[in-house]
Amino acid sequence: MSIVVDIVLFTLLGATGFALLKVRNLFAVVMLAGIYSLLSAGLFTAMDAVDVAFTEAAVGAGISTVLFLGALALAGHHENRPGHTPLLPLIVVVVTGGALVYGTMDMPGFGHPENPVHHHVADHYLEESYDEIGIPNVVTSVLASYRGYDTMGETTVVFAAAVGVMLLLSGARRSSSRASPEGKGGGR
Amino acid sequence: MREEIIVRVGAKILVPFIIMFALYVHFHGDYSPGGGFQAGVILAAAFVLLALVYGLEAVQRVLPPWFTRMCAALGVLIFAGVGVVTMLLGHNYLGYDALAPDPTHPEHGQHYGILLVELGVLVTVFGVMVTVFYLFAGRGRESS
Repeated sequence: MSIVVDIVLFTLLGATGFALLKVRNLFAVVMLAGIYSLLSAGLFTAMDAVDVAFTEAAVGAGISTVLFLGALALAGHHENRPGHTPLLPLIVVVVTGGALVYGTMDMPGFGHPENPVHHHVADHYLEESYDEIGIPNVVTSVLASYRGYDTMGETTVVFAAAVGVMLLLSGARRSSSRASPEGKGGGR
Repeated sequence: MREEIIVRVGAKILVPFIIMFALYVHFHGDYSPGGGFQAGVILAAAFVLLALVYGLEAVQRVLPPWFTRMCAALGVLIFAGVGVVTMLLGHNYLGYDALAPDPTHPEHGQHYGILLVELGVLVTVFGVMVTVFYLFAGRGRESS
């Protein structure tokens, strides 16, 4: 049953990806990107990564779709055709992709349970976290306690990103008011 | 969309449930999927929905931009402040064991610490999401 779900979701995901490449109407692109996120969230759920699925559905399909629509309202709905041939980008992508695939040759088998990445600290977290932290959700234990510094850094990054957006989007407002001869009272 | 009565009433009914769900996702994050980040996004989504249906001005009367900007900074302060408090109590930075009321059960302190730092994440993510949305949504109007 789960293999059927996986095949259906991956097929739809692939179809959405190709549609994203082909469509020139940016409104449709935004909608398809939202659908892509929602399908990814479904896939994450099928892989038992519910915390990630949750985030993907809320951020990818929800908020970012709204933000893209807000950007579209400012930038217009149609994407211009590129002025150059796609040959050079295609070569670059194929060469880079080939190098990356070659690089994975030496890596341990994908998803193999004996891989080092699954046994470095993961065993300790899974076996001891309930005694050490006292809460059942291991994801929360790792996120907020074992890896508390990382999460603090991430929170700071989110804040810094907002500061960047504020500087970019409200800075233009101030420069337009500075262009007027009496620019004191304009920008907040 | 402001004349669509079904959308208006539907949004009005949905918003309290969305806010409640966000709080559930945060405070139940120790037992079920979710946590501060998801809760912050869901909470922001409630206000984004209101803004889409009722207009930006109506929402900014309830939730002014200075408040969301303050939230974005306040969350980081809460997170970092928990670390400072645990240091003042004689433990490592972000060593939540210090917060336990009963030192024989340090995992209770972990529980409090996690809830507090996740609250910081919630406040920052909520503030950032709504601030960015305000900036995008408000920009077209001011230049026109």
